[in-house]
Amino acid sequence: MTAERKTVRLTYREAIRQAIREALQRDPRVFLMGEDVGRYGGCFAVSKGLLEEFGPERIRDTPLSESAFVGAGIGAALGGMRPIVEIMTVNFSLLALDQIVNNAATILHMSGGQFNIPLVIRMTTGAGRQLAAQHSHSLEGWYAHIPGIKVLTPATLEDARGMLWTALQDPDPVLIFEHGGLYNMEGELPADAGAVDIDRAAVRRPGTDVSLITYGGSLGKALQAAEELAALGIQAEVVDLRTLRPLDTETILASVTRTHRAVIIDEGWRSGSLSAEISARIMEGAFYELDAPVARVCSAEVPIPYARHLEEAALPQVGTIVATVREMMGAHG
Amino acid sequence: MTLHPDLQPPPLERHHAVFLLREMLRIRRFEEKCAELYSATKIRGFLHLYIGQEAVAVGAMQALDAQDAIVATYREHGHALARGISAASIMAEMYGKQEGCSRGRGGSMHLFDAATRFYGGNAIVGGGLPLAVGLALADKMQGRPHVTACFFGEGAVAEGEFHECMNLAALWRLPVLFCCENNLYAMGTALQRSESQTDLCLKAASYEIPAWPVDGMDVVACEEATQRAALAVRAGGGPYFLEFRTYRFRAHSMFDPQLYRDKQEIEEWKTRDPITTFQARLRSQGLLTDDDVQRLEEEIAAEIAHAVEFAEAGTWEPVEDLTKFVYSERKPA
Repeated sequence: MTAERKTVRLTYREAIRQAIREALQRDPRVFLMGEDVGRYGGCFAVSKGLLEEFGPERIRDTPLSESAFVGAGIGAALGGMRPIVEIMTVNFSLLALDQIVNNAATILHMSGGQFNIPLVIRMTTGAGRQLAAQHSHSLEGWYAHIPGIKVLTPATLEDARGMLWTALQDPDPVLIFEHGGLYNMEGELPADAGAVDIDRAAVRRPGTDVSLITYGGSLGKALQAAEELAALGIQAEVVDLRTLRPLDTETILASVTRTHRAVIIDEGWRSGSLSAEISARIMEGAFYELDAPVARVCSAEVPIPYARHLEEAALPQVGTIVATVREMMGAHG
Repeated sequence: MTLHPDLQPPPLERHHAVFLLREMLRIRRFEEKCAELYSATKIRGFLHLYIGQEAVAVGAMQALDAQDAIVATYREHGHALARGISAASIMAEMYGKQEGCSRGRGGSMHLFDAATRFYGGNAIVGGGLPLAVGLALADKMQGRPHVTACFFGEGAVAEGEFHECMNLAALWRLPVLFCCENNLYAMGTALQRSESQTDLCLKAASYEIPAWPVDGMDVVACEEATQRAALAVRAGGGPYFLEFRTYRFRAHSMFDPQLYRDKQEIEEWKTRDPITTFQARLRSQGLLTDDDVQRLEEEIAAEIAHAVEFAEAGTWEPVEDLTKFVYSERKPA
């Protein structure tokens, strides 16, 4: 049977909503809580309609108390539930850092393996919408620094639809970062799309000349850059990390071994960053495969400014990626 | 352990009275041994002694069922012993041995025990409160009639998490019994030097939580107050707040020269020692004899000697196991 799979047209936002709805239907232990997830329908309208469908016990509006409701999610997970905690944005997650870093990430270890925490925390991340410094952070790389938690960055409709269920089956805390610029992304998804793995990076476009290694909100930019580079005769391979912790080093090294060049695109700042970590792993694991030094396209080291032209200048852009690759190929190709 | 207490406080009956005394003495002698072993460098890290506050843990624990949950702080040896975690497994934990109740991963500040639903041992002031709220939320959502008892010091009321959790627990009418042990000093900072409002019950009451002060030096008062509070919580009345007025006789930790309080103040509080005053009371009522005291001391000395032997004979977890318990070993279902 090779019947074509039926597809539906939907947005990234709707894909996440479908995933949450499916989880609520399949597992009575699952509930969603966070600021404005119920009556308001979610700050980004992700949970719109779920309160009417599942009621206030399972779609719980919380006070603006990030530390309390994230910690309550940890406690509820310890108590046998499968909470999905929504933090409106990564910027506000800083108010819950104590619970995430000191409790969620440590209790399994501190208790000698007695207490695991099957908790999923979702939050919006990233810049690009003129929201200025306090609403534009990309701190998923920070979280990827912490042993004990897993960090997912769905960049495609398929991952937006499929990562949540797998994360909920995980016995340990999983953080899911949804880039704010992706919610309106629209496309086709198989009608029966379901759970996906959360262990492996994915090659989104094969190529032979350079590896563009990226994730989340920058994946689209990397793919567009690869398109422009192809017109110039440069075949770029695009690697979507998908999971920032644990990193799929094997897929990264395999790609670099094929292309012999690597450019890392990360909306986080360069200093002490995820891009630095990936670069180090390439040095450790594929140094002799490289035809050129690893290059990075990251955000400028400034708080993200409001003015459109300044914000655009601060973030990784298609043009910067293309220019970085061309310089690399020109110098060493 | 007393099950489902009646509203009437139990009359001070000999068997139970001697049991309460015995539990307090166990904690006192156990910790005296810990201090000695600390000086002998058998125990390292931080060691926060509970000496002086024993009546609170022993009295409060009588109101809890086997299925109730407990969240405690880094000064939790007394709570762990009174809850029924064996002195041997606690001592082995202090030694850092894998036979310890947290396999040597936690130490003095992080005692955990799944069998008695003892969720730490939390060393961030205020950090345990959100966990307790979540544990209670899980019980409520799953229709279980359990209480979560959350112990914390008066220093925690200065933390944002305290206020967030009072509000959330009251808003959702969660079965949390907040047990604030007011020993007057947050490490070295006196309550009146850190709080504009030093009446702690007023703070809890402002969140619509019933709140009462208790003589924390009187084990019977502690037991009675907690029985009443637990009964109210179990009946679905939402959270309850008890302020146990008590005093720590020893230094904050083993590194504290106690420059912040007068020796005379300590001596005055020692005249209210929960153990000696309770002994005197029992003797005057003809409920305790010299023989009883001698027998108790001998039994407790034997228990502690066994605990030390067990810890000494314990084994070090192989270094190869270092990275165990960062993530769960079992595969997702």
